[in-house]
Amino acid sequence: MNGAWQGSYLLGGLRRLGAVTIFLVKLLTQCVPALGRPRLLVLQIYNAGARSLIIIMMAGLFVGMVLGLQGYDLLRRFGSEEALGTAAALGLLRELAPVITALLFAGRAGTALASEIGLMRATDQLTAMEIMAVDPLRYVAAPRFLGGVIALPLLTAVFSVIGLYGAQLVGVQMMGVDRGVFWSQMQSSVGLHDVNEGLVKSLGFGVACSLIAVYEGYHAEPTAEGVGLATTRTVVASSVITLLIDYVLTAAFL
Amino acid sequence: MTSTTSAQATSTAPTGDVVIAVRDVHYDAGGRPIFAGLDLEVRRGRITAIMGPSGTGKTTLLRLITRQVAPASGQIEVFGADLAPFGRSEIYALRRRMGLLFQNGALLTDMDVFENVAFPVREHTDLPEPLVRLLVLTKLQAVGLRGAANLMPGELSGGMARRVALARAIVMDPELLLYDEPFVGLDPISLGFILRLIKHMNQALGITSVVVSHDVQELATIADDSYLISEGRVAAAGTPAQLRASDSAAVRQFMTGSAEGPVPFHYPASDYATQLLGADER
Repeated sequence: MNGAWQGSYLLGGLRRLGAVTIFLVKLLTQCVPALGRPRLLVLQIYNAGARSLIIIMMAGLFVGMVLGLQGYDLLRRFGSEEALGTAAALGLLRELAPVITALLFAGRAGTALASEIGLMRATDQLTAMEIMAVDPLRYVAAPRFLGGVIALPLLTAVFSVIGLYGAQLVGVQMMGVDRGVFWSQMQSSVGLHDVNEGLVKSLGFGVACSLIAVYEGYHAEPTAEGVGLATTRTVVASSVITLLIDYVLTAAFL
Repeated sequence: MTSTTSAQATSTAPTGDVVIAVRDVHYDAGGRPIFAGLDLEVRRGRITAIMGPSGTGKTTLLRLITRQVAPASGQIEVFGADLAPFGRSEIYALRRRMGLLFQNGALLTDMDVFENVAFPVREHTDLPEPLVRLLVLTKLQAVGLRGAANLMPGELSGGMARRVALARAIVMDPELLLYDEPFVGLDPISLGFILRLIKHMNQALGITSVVVSHDVQELATIADDSYLISEGRVAAAGTPAQLRASDSAAVRQFMTGSAEGPVPFHYPASDYATQLLGADER
């Protein structure tokens, strides 16, 4: 009995994975024509990216400040406070900035995407497009997906910069680490591959989070409850998948 | 009930070729049979009313005609072509020749009235902006809402939203217009506007119209042909006047909206007294 239950659960999960994959392929074929409509794309980058800037910048500042504080305390025990710049930069660029940005993105932009598309489904707007012989996958889904994929790495970069400023603010201004040492240590030990790791991660998270949000919205039950459920599922699935991909990519880069 | 054969005899009579032919269509939704051998025809240049009690699948019929869903069996021909072998691009080509008016308008909420009407033009043509503007303004004028061009869909009343949707549906000059419950929830004045517009679109522009509704009185004033659908098939067909004079009591009950008749008030249930006295049943 238990085995049968697990089997059906597994089968359901696989079926869902297959459905998402097929959706991704369909979406990708529509991304090329969507790229030819810069007005729609820019609007979606603005919606997903620019409108998330405040929360990303605030989170970046606080995470950087915490990093400066904790890093300083930790490194002081080994008498190597001057390594604070390196520690903060590596932690932010490779790990914290992409992951936290993706989690915040899923909560801020992902839910907005899912509920917007879900409501369009519930109010027959997607069907109306179908009837007008306009593919909603091309007009609605693809620009939003691409907008998210482009916006997330940009947001991650902003998070990193503000985070480094926050770490510097606490480490140098408050705790008294030497300013020159802080920056020069960072410059000498952080390489391009560290930046690339963060970039690749944020691209991966961007694809995953945007895909989940668009998929959930597009397939939401056309009811108030259905749209709510799609929004919830977007946050849960995006967060879990982000952390899973994070582990895989970290292992791949090490 | 009037038999389907005599029904077709009446509607095959005078005008135009057949635009929509539905032949022996069966369709199930979630295991529940919606259509069981549905036959009907819509003729060019006429207003055809599809009537029936709620839940008889009137909207489903429109979904079948626009090929949003496929029938389990049977044949649907639109503009003389069988829809069964149609692929996606053929379906899209077909839909560009028809317009569908949704019950709630289904306007795109992120653009204003003008852009909503311009949407199909912008998507399907490369017309220069002055021409798009001209097209949109003439269609908005036709539905009496040129002055509302800059409003957002959220600022419109239900009747206005439906008229904007109508302008959008006719902006590409379709040959066929499908109306899904166009009278639901309208005040008498808005209802009068919509009635006049349906008639106008049909007479002035020669658009073949299919109106799905259960508002018998309203439909009777504009319909050339009408079909009454019940229990998955055509229960009666003819002009509204013929339906009202039908010798079937069920048809008459529907047409006059009477509470008395063969269609029962009570949903099928077990014996009243037995259930009241029984302790174990809800």
